[in-house]
Amino acid sequence: MDVLDLTRLQFAVVTIYHYFFVPLSISLAAAAAGLQIAWLRTKRSSYLDLTKFVGKLLIVTFAVGVVTGLVQEFQFGLGWSSFAKFYGDVFGPTLAIEGMLAFFLEATFLALWYFGWDRLPRLVHTATIVIVAIGTVLSAFIILAANSFMQHPVAYALDPVTGRARLTSFTELLLNKVNLAAFPHTLAGAIMVGGALLLALGVWRLAADGTFRVLARLGAWMTLAGGAMTALTGDHLGKVMTEVQPMKMAAAEALYETTKGAPFSIFTLGSPFPDFSLDIPWLLSILAKGDPNATVQGINDLQAQYVSQYGPGSYVPMIPVAFWSFRVMIGAGMLAAAVAAYYLWRTRKHRDAPRWLTRWLPLIPVLPAVANTFGWIFTETARQPWIAFGISKVADGISPGLTSSEVIASLAGFTVVYGILAVVWFRLVRHLARQPLAPPPVTVAETAEPAPVY
Amino acid sequence: MITFWFAVVVLAWVLFFVLEGFDFGVGLLGPVLGRDDHERGAAVRTIGPFWDGNEVWLVAAIGVTFAAFPAWYSALLSGLYLPMVVLLLLLAVRGVALEFRGKGDGPSYRRRADIALALSSLGIVLVWGALLATFVRGLALGADGSVTGGGLSRTLGPIWSPAAALGALAALFAALMLGATFLGLRTSGPLRHRARTLARWLGSGGAVALLVIGFGTGSRLALAAAALSLLAGMLARSGREALAFAVTALSVAGAVVAVFTTHGDVVLRSTLDPRWSLTRDAAAATPQALELITWAGVLILPGVIAYQAFSYWVFRRRIASERVPS
Ligand code: HDD
Ligand code: HEM
Ligand code: HEM
Repeated sequence: MDVLDLTRLQFAVVTIYHYFFVPLSISLAAAAAGLQIAWLRTKRSSYLDLTKFVGKLLIVTFAVGVVTGLVQEFQFGLGWSSFAKFYGDVFGPTLAIEGMLAFFLEATFLALWYFGWDRLPRLVHTATIVIVAIGTVLSAFIILAANSFMQHPVAYALDPVTGRARLTSFTELLLNKVNLAAFPHTLAGAIMVGGALLLALGVWRLAADGTFRVLARLGAWMTLAGGAMTALTGDHLGKVMTEVQPMKMAAAEALYETTKGAPFSIFTLGSPFPDFSLDIPWLLSILAKGDPNATVQGINDLQAQYVSQYGPGSYVPMIPVAFWSFRVMIGAGMLAAAVAAYYLWRTRKHRDAPRWLTRWLPLIPVLPAVANTFGWIFTETARQPWIAFGISKVADGISPGLTSSEVIASLAGFTVVYGILAVVWFRLVRHLARQPLAPPPVTVAETAEPAPVY
Repeated sequence: MITFWFAVVVLAWVLFFVLEGFDFGVGLLGPVLGRDDHERGAAVRTIGPFWDGNEVWLVAAIGVTFAAFPAWYSALLSGLYLPMVVLLLLLAVRGVALEFRGKGDGPSYRRRADIALALSSLGIVLVWGALLATFVRGLALGADGSVTGGGLSRTLGPIWSPAAALGALAALFAALMLGATFLGLRTSGPLRHRARTLARWLGSGGAVALLVIGFGTGSRLALAAAALSLLAGMLARSGREALAFAVTALSVAGAVVAVFTTHGDVVLRSTLDPRWSLTRDAAAATPQALELITWAGVLILPGVIAYQAFSYWVFRRRIASERVPS
């Protein structure tokens, strides 16, 4: 592998890792806020216990999200400094505003919430967790605007003197139509992962404390509702994507020839042209354009078109990766939603879930996490060879002078440290989940004396 | 406009180094000054609610540098690639050790978290010190603005120099001093006394070392720092904890400002040829981008400072390091 591939691999590894924890933070913050409001309104102590339980999961997950997010903030300068320089006007303000607007909010108010149970009036205290939840959603929206720019550059002009991109309107950048489609889809995916985690832990601990039933059902509802929303929003996202990056949809379906009334294949064998294919007729045309008879452009036509538009070169992304990651995303996600629906149905009206189901359910968070990861792999790899679609190639973005040995060293460092963090995080979550729900009160180790003594 | 944003960038770095500086110091000292699990827990508790908010100042500093001076951001990070990666990895270990410490089970688990916390804090402080010294010395920037050379030494080389070592030592001293005065201010019981004694010794010991350096090199900065160090030590001795902390924080702030302004208009010096140095004007973003972040900054930052201050006020009480009889 050359420096370019290594740097890409590193970006992918580090970003995907960040994105294991981010959706959990988003959905756990929302769940904790919801549970606390429920407690405030009903005064049922089980809601309070669950709020604190979810809060502990949130705080350890959030910590990993924070330290890996910090890496993201530096990534663009470390490995992609040419990109950072040319699009600094567009990306810089986006990252700076995300930091100022969202991260300060999340960090400060999460600490106020977590340490402030007996410090703040109850309403103010509840407001702090609501603010945290809002902060996580805000940061997702702003960072996705940056990513949407790479998918579909808007709100910029190329400066004739410096040759650099210049931001023309921040509002337009935020309201990129790709962002408006990707943001709800990402949020729905996040709700699924958090929901699945709560469902898994709820079922796992049900025998120890009946209160966990509430958690399991809440998690199942989140998984199911998130699943329905990913399908709805994903359908819309697909249409937007076909419009701005038709090559991506063609790659997702491995559709070489432009086809009218194109089918969607669930499964194919043989490459590059399938020997066997299990198809759903017209579905691709519906997904891409919302019309069974619509024409979907094929890879060969698009390649020819791009060559005449952008000059010679290959504009075809890795087809098998695009094809399979798209299917894994949909398949794993929909399976998780189906399982959650089945669980809800089997436990309706205080019924108990069958043994085999409760035995396997603790594994369910894997499914939406896989769906999220492959969704991103699809989105980012099928954008190739562009770093920002239509204006700049990946190869032009890398830091000049960067050497393979440096990237190998850093990649090894990230792999080792991130690997250890993942193991520690997993064991800690398991440990926290094993604690009794309502622990005995601890003595407060603070004195009444205020700190400053002059 | 460019000068204004340069000032904002420097301000963000100052806030980061002062605020996170004391929590690095506590991370370093807590596990050492705390004699048992309970005391160490109390030390960590003093920064528990604050470290993340402090660390966001690093996000802000880097983000604002990116927004206002994209070429500076690019040159700095790609030019110091490996040290920056090491720093990020250490920060990752530290943040997680801090946050996970109190949640696991058993004293041996917490002991391991304490060791990780102390070692990563130490590493971070040393690397930052070396990096700040490197900011002053400059990098081997070529004509195209990238660091010349090859292999691992390309970006590790710059922080392997006597100047960088001195920077690392200075940073260690500053972080210890900040940590000791902060612990003295925020705890009660044995921890408070030990932190105070340490601050006193550090203050006078540091003053002596700085005097020697100052007279040896004729640096007025070192002499001024010696005076401040002595002052902070004396304040700590006489029990003026808040003032001792404030003086230490002020001197750290002064040092950071000095680092970023030594070369006037040049934000990153080239050690190969002065013509290849990066100036503020050359590094700046377009006026439109600067205007946008000005609006954002003016609207958002006062609120940030207000609610961060609120959080320091909410958690203003001292943490008891003596055992509370239950
Ligand atoms: C639990 C997670 C999850 C689930 C169940 C789904 N997705 Fe998804 N999908 C994501 C999580 C995700 C994601 C990780 O969040 C992505 C990556 C980038 C983005 O904006 O969202 C994504 C991207 C993504 C894209 C690419 C957008 C682009 O490249 O610009 C399309 C077309 C879809 N999705 C469509 C769907 C459809 C039609 C689904 C189901 C019927 C579906 N997704 C289920
Ligand atoms: C958290 C969600 C994200 C994930 C999981 C993700 C995933 C990936 C992956 C898998 C690659 C490798 C592509 C390849 O090697 O072909 C990649 C590349 C890249 N992504 Fe993303 N990405 C995410 C969000 C973003 C965002 C928000 C941005 C911009 C702000 C971004 C910018 C980039 C850049 C600059 C590259 C390198 C160029 C390339 O190889 O395409 N990513 N990302
Ligand atoms: C590659 C681009 C990305 C960058 C530069 C980035 C940057 C960061 C940083 C610096 C933090 C730490 C904030 C703190 O210190 O409090 C963070 C956390 C966070 N990021 Fe990312 N991020 C990226 C990708 C994403 C994506 C794609 C999303 C969501 C869709 C996201 C959502 C969040 C959220 C919600 C948090 C706070 C919760 C947590 O810490 O887990 N980020 N990110």
